[in-house]
Amino acid sequence: MKGTIHNEERFLKNISKNLGRPTMTEGISLPVWKNAPQKEILKKKTPHDLVEELEEQCKRVHTAFHLTDSKQVGHLLKQVIEQLGGGPLVIPDDTRFSEYKMNDLLLEEGAFVWDHQAGRKNIEKAERANIGITFSEMTLAESATVVLFSSKDHGRSISFLPSCHVSIIPKSTIIPRMTQAAAAIRSKVAQGEIVPSCINFITGPSNSADIEMDLVVGVHGPIKAVYIVVEDK
Amino acid sequence: MAMKTSSAKFKERVDEGLHNDFMRLAVSSAQERLHGRRLTAVDELGSWEEWRSLGQEIRQHVLANLDFYLHQLAENVSKRGGHVFFAETAEEASGYIKDVIVGKKAKKIVKSKSMVTEEINLNASLEAIGLEVVETDLGEYILQVDDHDPPSHIVAPALHKNKEQIRDVFKEKLAYTQTEKPEELTAHVRGILRKDFLSADVGITGCNFAIAETGSIGLVTNEGNADLVTALPKTQITVMGMERLVPTFDEFEVLVSLLTRSAVGQRLTSYITALTGPRDEGDVDGPEEFHLVIVDNGRSSILGTEFQSVLQCIRCAACINVCPVYRQVGGHSYGSIYPGPIGAVLSPLLGGYDDFKELPYASTLCAACTDACPVKIPLHDLLRKHREVIVEKEKMAPFSEKMAMKAFGLGAASPMLYKFGSKMVPAAMSPFKTGDSISKGPGPLKTWTESREFPAPGKESFRDWFKNREKGGNPS
Ligand code: SF4
Repeated sequence: MKGTIHNEERFLKNISKNLGRPTMTEGISLPVWKNAPQKEILKKKTPHDLVEELEEQCKRVHTAFHLTDSKQVGHLLKQVIEQLGGGPLVIPDDTRFSEYKMNDLLLEEGAFVWDHQAGRKNIEKAERANIGITFSEMTLAESATVVLFSSKDHGRSISFLPSCHVSIIPKSTIIPRMTQAAAAIRSKVAQGEIVPSCINFITGPSNSADIEMDLVVGVHGPIKAVYIVVEDK
Repeated sequence: MAMKTSSAKFKERVDEGLHNDFMRLAVSSAQERLHGRRLTAVDELGSWEEWRSLGQEIRQHVLANLDFYLHQLAENVSKRGGHVFFAETAEEASGYIKDVIVGKKAKKIVKSKSMVTEEINLNASLEAIGLEVVETDLGEYILQVDDHDPPSHIVAPALHKNKEQIRDVFKEKLAYTQTEKPEELTAHVRGILRKDFLSADVGITGCNFAIAETGSIGLVTNEGNADLVTALPKTQITVMGMERLVPTFDEFEVLVSLLTRSAVGQRLTSYITALTGPRDEGDVDGPEEFHLVIVDNGRSSILGTEFQSVLQCIRCAACINVCPVYRQVGGHSYGSIYPGPIGAVLSPLLGGYDDFKELPYASTLCAACTDACPVKIPLHDLLRKHREVIVEKEKMAPFSEKMAMKAFGLGAASPMLYKFGSKMVPAAMSPFKTGDSISKGPGPLKTWTESREFPAPGKESFRDWFKNREKGGNPS
């Protein structure tokens, strides 16, 4: 359903009057910007280089980094879960868990799978969970950032409410920086796809420096963050 | 809180700032850390000047075509089921927000940090009708708990407080029993606010940048509070200054990079979120209803004037973090929710010269702010323009005018002589020089130099001076 718009005409008229011209609501096209330094960053890096860049940056954003392959990822995840103090776990309803053969492990751990038909119960589960596990859709090497898209099967709360956030990163999702992520989103839009209601660019755990500029890790969101890169995916 | 944070006279506020040693220490150490982090982040990026030019070009293009982009934004928000309200005045904005909240029979509201809601005095008008409003940014929360102490910095609002003071406030107000360790203070707040997030009816956010092409709202935090504010309550209200938008995700990306590096020296902050409309069909979390309130409140009258470039601002506070005057007197001295160089330019434009005529004089015109600005706003030029307007058009004589006139001999007749920066005419300054630094400055400088030495212009730029003194070198 379309939402309402109030007072637009008067408001815009005021703007155009001050700009000294009639109101324009169409016919403006984006200029080609004179500079594009963002496109140069990590430009010539191989996928392998980008993994190294990501690993290096993880150290600066208080995030544990692991590299494995799709055969070993289940085993590694089990260890990571243990190190983080075990469940409860909350995960999105994502076919990649079975594709990566992690179903048995997650069943064993009693992971709660996001179920859009269960309504508010999902949020309660996420609130009580120790660990939320996600798959990164795009991964920014420069800043060690995972990108998540919300959907009915992937609630926003999974990466915010639990005490720890583990993100599984297929190596093929690693790109230099936010520049390429923005371009990918724009090309989806150009093809008529709908932008998900929530796109998260998440870099490590939640933190704050509001008290004497001293960094405290873990404010409102997760206190710990772990990335697992899967090399052959 | 409204624009104005104090009814005390300018001179009194400055005196109070100068004599508050706690505050001055907190401010100077915070300023140094933020400044240092920014320099590192900017250096490692390389080609910073190109980045700044790009930022400037994007912002100028948006301002020149603001009606077009606002229209596109409104259309796209509404297509996704969001409601858009254009508010010309602060009253219109808070009136609409109040109506939405009352219509929902809401009681508790959680907020993430937003300067524009401070500007329109939103919290007070909501509290006046019996609503509970909880600030969830840690710094803002500390101020709220401390009987609404005004913010003193636009990125780190509680920067003027040290951890012992915060501990004492928490002891008194929150039955806090632990130490002054930031970890313990923070954990305590986490526990309290978690419950508020889960029980709130409405979430209110500001907006770092809206994206016209998709109708999205971009939010930038480190704490993740804006995400909980928008994921859990049933209704989301986002309030944005009308200039805070970009054409597409491509420009969003560039400005976010400029913002996070300039504000806190990070490549990206922990949470950058683009929200589009209310929740999608089938989604369990995210708001059922979304309202975007676009606020003018004096901004449109800046368009088309010599001050238009101030609307390029992305609120990164880099100019505040390098300002020697801010360092001396602290944020509260400005008496505005917008302190520092950006505040000295913006406050008189949005709040009027009557209340803020002194602020353009709260500057040495050393141009450190202009050098630091990631979108190339010529801040010190705008401060000088303000002085000209105050003297020539408004015929006002601000507190320092007489002193300034005396100090400069010719004063307003020759605005060039106002220039204290590295390019100033050396002769005008020489009588006040003791060695290489100015210990007792004239006119506007006098107040600022009361207890700390300022770099003498001409030999060394402020930036070099700052670097030198960080290394423990000669303070001049
Ligand atoms: S004026 Fe420039 S430096 Fe100051 S807050 Fe705005 S964008 Fe940042």
